[in-house]
Amino acid sequence: MALSFSYVARNLLVRKLTTAFTALGMALVVFVFATVLMMAEGLRATLVGTGAPDNVLVIGRGSQTEVQSTLARDQAAIIESVAAIASDADGAKLVSKEPLVLLNLEKRGSANLANVVARGVTANGLRLRPQANIIAGRMFRPGTSEIVVGQAIASGFKNAGLGEALHFAMQNWRVVGVFDAGHSGFDSEIWGDAEQMMQLFRRNAFSSVLFRLIDSEKFARVKEQLEADPRLNVAVSAETQFYADQSEQMAKFIRVLGTAITLIFSVGAIIGAAITMYASVANRTGEIGTLRALGFTRRSILQAFLLEAMLLGGLGGVVGLFAASFMRFVHVSTTNLQTFAEIAFSFRLSPAIAGYVVLFAILMGLLGGFLPATRAARLNIVDALRAD
Amino acid sequence: MATQLLLPSRFEMSALIEIRALNKIYRRGDQQIPVLVDIELDIRRGDYVSLMGPSGSGKSTLLNLIAGIDKPSGGTIYVDGVDIAGISDNELAHWRAHNVGFIFQFYNLMPVLTAFENVELPLLLSDLSKRERRTNVEAVLSMVGLSDRMDHYPNELSGGQQQRVAIARALIMDPMLIVADEPTGDLDRFSADEILKLLQRLNTELGKTIVMVTHDPKCAAQAQRLIHLEKGVLRGSSHAELA
Amino acid sequence: MIGTYLLRLVMKNMWRHQLRTALTVLGITVAIISFGLLRTIVSSWYASAEFSSSARLVTRNAISLTFPLPITYAEKIRQVAGVANVTWANWFGGIYINQHNFFPQFAIHADSYFDIHPEYVLSYEQKKDFMHDRRGCVVGRKIADQYGWKIGDQIPLRGTIYPGIWNFVVRGIYEPGTNKTDASQFLLHWEYLNERVKSVLPSRAESTGLFIVQLADSKQAATVSAAIDSVFHNSLAETRTETQKAFQLGFVAMVDTILIAIQSVAFVVIVIILAVVANTMTMTARERTPEYATLKALGFSVQFVVLLIVGESIMIALTGGALGMLGTFPVAQAFSKATGSMFAVFEVSSSTLWLQLIAAVLVGLLASIIPAWHSARIRIVDGLRAVA
Repeated sequence: MALSFSYVARNLLVRKLTTAFTALGMALVVFVFATVLMMAEGLRATLVGTGAPDNVLVIGRGSQTEVQSTLARDQAAIIESVAAIASDADGAKLVSKEPLVLLNLEKRGSANLANVVARGVTANGLRLRPQANIIAGRMFRPGTSEIVVGQAIASGFKNAGLGEALHFAMQNWRVVGVFDAGHSGFDSEIWGDAEQMMQLFRRNAFSSVLFRLIDSEKFARVKEQLEADPRLNVAVSAETQFYADQSEQMAKFIRVLGTAITLIFSVGAIIGAAITMYASVANRTGEIGTLRALGFTRRSILQAFLLEAMLLGGLGGVVGLFAASFMRFVHVSTTNLQTFAEIAFSFRLSPAIAGYVVLFAILMGLLGGFLPATRAARLNIVDALRAD
Repeated sequence: MATQLLLPSRFEMSALIEIRALNKIYRRGDQQIPVLVDIELDIRRGDYVSLMGPSGSGKSTLLNLIAGIDKPSGGTIYVDGVDIAGISDNELAHWRAHNVGFIFQFYNLMPVLTAFENVELPLLLSDLSKRERRTNVEAVLSMVGLSDRMDHYPNELSGGQQQRVAIARALIMDPMLIVADEPTGDLDRFSADEILKLLQRLNTELGKTIVMVTHDPKCAAQAQRLIHLEKGVLRGSSHAELA
Repeated sequence: MIGTYLLRLVMKNMWRHQLRTALTVLGITVAIISFGLLRTIVSSWYASAEFSSSARLVTRNAISLTFPLPITYAEKIRQVAGVANVTWANWFGGIYINQHNFFPQFAIHADSYFDIHPEYVLSYEQKKDFMHDRRGCVVGRKIADQYGWKIGDQIPLRGTIYPGIWNFVVRGIYEPGTNKTDASQFLLHWEYLNERVKSVLPSRAESTGLFIVQLADSKQAATVSAAIDSVFHNSLAETRTETQKAFQLGFVAMVDTILIAIQSVAFVVIVIILAVVANTMTMTARERTPEYATLKALGFSVQFVVLLIVGESIMIALTGGALGMLGTFPVAQAFSKATGSMFAVFEVSSSTLWLQLIAAVLVGLLASIIPAWHSARIRIVDGLRAVA
C-alpha cells in the first residue's frame, strides 16, 4: 500500500520555515530560467510577427542584413518585372523598392547611442505591411522629409517623439506620426519616403525589394528564377522567414547562456533540497520504523519521500513562475548583434514555457531528494525504532 | 537526620531559601492556567529535599523557579538573601553561574566537548587562569571517579558516566544549591544507585543543599524531606524514612 | 579567553553534521564561483574599452557607422591643430570558414596604422614583407595560435559587406605590446580592398568607415574632436569624433541591457545560496535548542549563544567563499578558452574578489538572523524541554 498524498503534504507544512527557505531557493532558480526563456521567446515572437505570409523579400546575395545589401536601380527593375507578382485593384504591381540605413541616435534617459533602422517606404510598402497602423498623428506626405516612427522608437529615443524632429543628412526630418506594427520588428523602425531618402543620401541603389505573390505556391519557382538570373546576384526569402532568421543567433545566445546559468544555479537549489530532505528523514526515523513495522514496504517509504521532494520542487516552481509572469510588463530594448540595429521586445510567457519550468522545478526536487529518500527506504526497522 | 557538615565560612542558621506568596500562571492564547498557587516554603542550608506530586502538580515549575531559570508571576524567592524574582535577566544569569549547579534527566552535555571541557565550561564565566581551571576540573572529576575518562566525548561514555560528568559540572563553581530534575530518569538500576550515592555524598560531605524532582521512589527515599504538591498547592511535607 | 573558546566551539560544531556542512559549503562554493564568473564576463566586456587609448581619436560618419567617409578627409584632418598623425580602417566583416570563427578584420592604411598603434609589435622584416604584398595580411598572435596560421599561409575570407571570396597571405604576426592589447585582429591592405571595390561598385570606392587620429597632446582630446567635427559641419558627410575609449564604450553600451541583466542575475545566485544557508542554520539551531538552553542555564549570556550561531554561520560561509574565490580562477580560464576570441581579455579583477568575500560574509550573517533571534528569545525552560 502507498502512503497518502496528504501524509506527504502535511509533512511539508510541519516545518514551515525550512520548507519556505528550500522552496524559495528553487523558486529563484525557476524565476531566472523562466525569465530567460520568456526573453528568447519574446525576441522570437517579435521578429516572427514581422512580415506577412505572402510577401517575398529580395536582398543582395551574401548580405546578412538589409542594410548591408545593395540592389541597383536596374536590378530592382528586373525583379519588378517578374510575372508572379500580385497587382492591386488599379493594376499596379504590389512591389516596394526600399533603401535602408542605420541612424545612430541618442536614447532617452541615458547618454547612450544606438543604431536604429530607417527604412524608405513607398505607398506599396505601406500596403504590403497591413499590420502597421498609425496610432498617433498621420502618415508622412510623399516627397517630403516627414517621417513616422514605430512606437518603441518614439518612446525610446530623443527627438523621436510625435512633433519632434531628427537631424541627419543636412536635413530636419519631422516626426508626423507614430505607428504600431503589432509589436513586431517594425516597431523599432523609422519610416520615411523612399525616393526622398535615396536623393538625400545620394544613393543609386536600394537595399531590398518587397513584393506579394499572386499565389504563394509560386514561391519556389520565383526564388529559383531570380537566384539563377546572372544579371542579379540575389537571395530570395519569404519575408517572415527572413526576419525570423535575423533573431536566430541572438535568441540562441540568450537561450544557451540562460540555460547554462540556470543549470549552475540549480546546483545550489538542489543542494538545499537535499539538505532539507536529509533532515526530514533524520527527524522521522522513528516514524519510518513504525510505518515499516506496520507493514508499509521500503518502496512506499521511498515513494513518499520522493513525492515530498517533488512537491517541494513543484511549490518552488509555481512560486517562481508566478514571480516571472510579472516580467511580461517589462520592455527590453537592445542591439541585435546580428543586424547591428536596435530591437525592442518584451518577455513572452507561453504555456509551453510554464509547463517546462515547473517540470524543471519538480526535477530539481527529485534530484535533491533522491539520496535522502533511498536512505529512508534502506533503514532497518529495529534500528529505526530504537533511534528516537 | 544525618549530621550536617557545614563549611565554617558559611555557618548560618537561617533558611537558605525563603519562598513567600509564590505564584506562576501560564498563558495559552487568552486562557490563564495557574500552575503554582500561593506557595510558602522554607528550605534550610544543607537540606536534601524532594518535590513530589502527580503529573501537572507544578513540581517541575517550582524547581525551575528555585533554580532561577524561570520567573514567577508573583511573590518572592529569597536565596541566601537575594530575591531572585526581582533581579534582571543578566543579573540572574550571573547569579546562576555562581550559585546553582544543574543536574538534568538527559545530562545535557555538549556533544562536541570532552568530559574535561564540559566540566570546564562554567569556569569560563569566572576569571581563573588556565592552570587554575585545570586544577579545579581535575579535582572535581576525581571526586566523581572519572579521572581516567577526562578526554572522552559524551557519546563514548555510558549514561551513568555522563550523569557523573554532569554532576562534576554542577559542582565546579562550588555552588551552595544543587538542583536536580529526574537525575536517574534515564539510567539503569545500577547506574542510578551510583548516582544516588554520589548525591548523598554531596549533601553529607560537602554540605550542598539539594532540591530534586523525581518519580523514582528509591530516589525520593534518599531525600530527608519530601514536599508534596498537588494542583499547584503545597500539600505538606514529611520526612523520608531512612533507607 | 572566552573568545577563543567560542571560536573552538564554533569550529567543532561546524563539522558535527559532516554531510550537511559539506553540502552547504559546496553550495556556497558553486554560488560564489558563478557570481565571480558572471561579473568577470561583464567586466571583460567593458575591458575591451580599456585597451583603447585616450590619446587617440576616432572619427566616423555622424549618421551612423554604416555610412562611409571620403578618403579625402584624411588630409583635412591632418591639418587640424593638435593632430599628429592620421590613419584609417574599414571594417571588413568577412567570414572565415563559418560564422563561429569570429575575429575583427580591418582594411587599413598600413603606413600610418602601425605608427599610430605601436602596441601591435611587428618585426621590421615582417612589416616590409607586408608592405610589398598588397594581398598580404598581418594577424594577431592570439588568432594565429588559435587557427594554427604561419607566415606564408593563405587565408580565404568570404566577404559579406564586400561580397566575394578574398584570399590573403599571412605576411606578419604581431605580438601584443601590453597585456591589455587586442591580439586577435586581422589586418589587410585598404589599397587592395579599394582596388576591387572600384572595379565592381565604383560609387563605394575611395571611402572608409573610420579615421584614427593621433593627438599631439592627449589632454587636448575634447578640443581637437570638436575642431575636426567643425571642419566637416554642414557637408554631406558630417563627422562625429570622440576618443577611441569612448568609441569602444559606445559598442559596449549597445548591449547594456544584456549586461545589466547578467549583473542582476549574478546577485540572484547570492540570494539563492542565502536561502540554502539560512535553511541549514535554522535546522541546526533548532536541533541544538536544548544545548543553548543549558548554556543559558549555566549562566552564559544570550549574546554568547547568539555569537555561537552567527559565528558558525559565518565560518561555513567563509569556508565556501574561500573555496569559491580560489575556484573562480580555473573556471574563468576554462570559460575563456571555450569562448575563444570573443573576449580579448578575461581576467578576474580584484574588485570581483572583494565582492565575493563581502557576499560570503553577508550570506553568513543574514542566514543566521532568524535562528539567532529565535534562540535569543526562547525561554530556558522551553528550550530544555524542546525536542528538535
